[in-house]
Amino acid sequence: MSAGPALSPRARRQTAIPGFGLAFGITLFWLSAIVLVPLLALLLRPFELGLDGLWASLAEPRVAASLRLSFGAALLAAALAAPLGLLLAWAVVRLRFPGRAVLDAAIDLPFALPTAVAGLALTALLAPNGWLGAPLAAWFGWQVAFTPAGIVVALLFVALPFTARTVEPVLRDLGREAEEAAATLGASRLQTLRRVVLPALAPALLTGFGLGFARAVGEYGSVIFIAGNMPMVSEIAPLLITIRLEQFDYAGAAAIGLAMLLLAFGVLLLLNLAQRALRRGLA
Amino acid sequence: MNATEDPRWFRALLALLAILTGLLLLALPLAAVFAEALRRGWDVARAAILEPDTLAAIRMTLIVAAISVPLNTVGGLAAAWCIAKHDFPGKRLLLVLVELPLSVSPVIAGLVFVLVFGLQGWLGPWLQARGIQVIFALPGLVLATLFVTFPFVARTVLPLMQDQGRAEEEAAATLGASGWQIFQRVTLPNIRWALLAGVLLCNARAMGEFGAVSVVSGHIRGQTNTMPLHVEILYNEYQFAGAAAVAALLALLGLVTLVAKSVLERLSGRRVSGAEGAPMRMLTVVSGGLLLPFVQV
Repeated sequence: MSAGPALSPRARRQTAIPGFGLAFGITLFWLSAIVLVPLLALLLRPFELGLDGLWASLAEPRVAASLRLSFGAALLAAALAAPLGLLLAWAVVRLRFPGRAVLDAAIDLPFALPTAVAGLALTALLAPNGWLGAPLAAWFGWQVAFTPAGIVVALLFVALPFTARTVEPVLRDLGREAEEAAATLGASRLQTLRRVVLPALAPALLTGFGLGFARAVGEYGSVIFIAGNMPMVSEIAPLLITIRLEQFDYAGAAAIGLAMLLLAFGVLLLLNLAQRALRRGLA
Repeated sequence: MNATEDPRWFRALLALLAILTGLLLLALPLAAVFAEALRRGWDVARAAILEPDTLAAIRMTLIVAAISVPLNTVGGLAAAWCIAKHDFPGKRLLLVLVELPLSVSPVIAGLVFVLVFGLQGWLGPWLQARGIQVIFALPGLVLATLFVTFPFVARTVLPLMQDQGRAEEEAAATLGASGWQIFQRVTLPNIRWALLAGVLLCNARAMGEFGAVSVVSGHIRGQTNTMPLHVEILYNEYQFAGAAAVAALLALLGLVTLVAKSVLERLSGRRVSGAEGAPMRMLTVVSGGLLLPFVQV
């Protein structure tokens, strides 16, 4: 993958670096013990319920509502994070203004801030007596904290750096040549943005959307502070897993976990296919 | 005005919107934590942190990180070394598996260990008969933390290892160095800054992890409580100032990590990407290898 291009595969094998066996052994042992065997339990245990029982436990209204909320809120948050991430990436790469370096560093804040801190912070901010919650309630009569809207805000917070940081390097590499070419050919600025810049960024935006969604759909710490956690209304699927575990319903908890994992991979797979179609369309 | 430059007013508007987004979504929440922590004064915040239960939570967080970060550093280095410096069948699959925890909800990361070690878990009765407690005890906290932080070291050092190629290692091998000597004398010095960044990111996540740890902890005050979990307990008991004080400590940890990361980025001359692209990379590999032959027409 990364060896000098002059080396043929055979030449590489002849000068193989020793020590592979031990390193590979450590890797496999560690991977199996920490990740693979535990995940195997998630794959197998739901079927203790039998296929009918598994289906019944997932079709339960409270479970179905929580899955709908988790996936709906995560998709919405990722959809909001895409344009905002594009805005932040554009500002950091293309614009010059005081505070640009600080903004650049601040984009990573949601990566670095523990989720419980993010949850507490957003709740304090948006609670009816908070810095933002009070004016929102007074001027518009909106309540964000302890409602599904609060969940979307928390998920937007965790998803935002994913879209910004996925678009940013692509925008940096894009350069000005294509835009200059469009300009010489007589395109207006708006046409250039719409026909040249946006299509070039679209695959990265889609990837950022997918990554933001993947992170948001499983998010727990920041959400439970702000959600209010009312069954059927503002109870996310990961929370319901912990509730099932507290009731010692291991198989039921595992069933929700497995359903979340499969649904999330389904969404990502669709995005992946859409991206391939987009790339083919561009080529 | 031409087609390569946006009008001046438009650029100003974009900059303003970006600053506004940064303020509202990023700066304001951070400020809110510190404001909330200090609302009733410095002494109240200090007292909340020096309370025995809080100190026990801090100690627990430090112990869990001190055990899991070194273990995952060894595992991550071994994985990255295999992938970057050797050829073997199934290499892409190994990379996908190493990154797998990043695509899994933290709650599921805790859940899987309950399914194995919990009272009704696969090994639960066996462990109980011998009086070994994994779930609701330190081993469970460590296992859940190991799962969620598993990819961090491997993912931060791997791109650099791959860029550096294998010429130096191969030269050392020709001169008769053993695998361990090559790793220790050639590979390791070349990646030291990236490794440090990886360890820092791993540590920040280990100390800040909430969901995975919450599932396996049992929330026993003074015993199996970590700092992030203690924030939730205090919050649920309406001790908002105390919760915010502990949260502010954790926020400081995040800020220090962020600053250290950017210093290390400058030292190593490249951007450290935590492991953000993992879920999509996995799908590209999985759909490319398994599913697309059937889906594509």
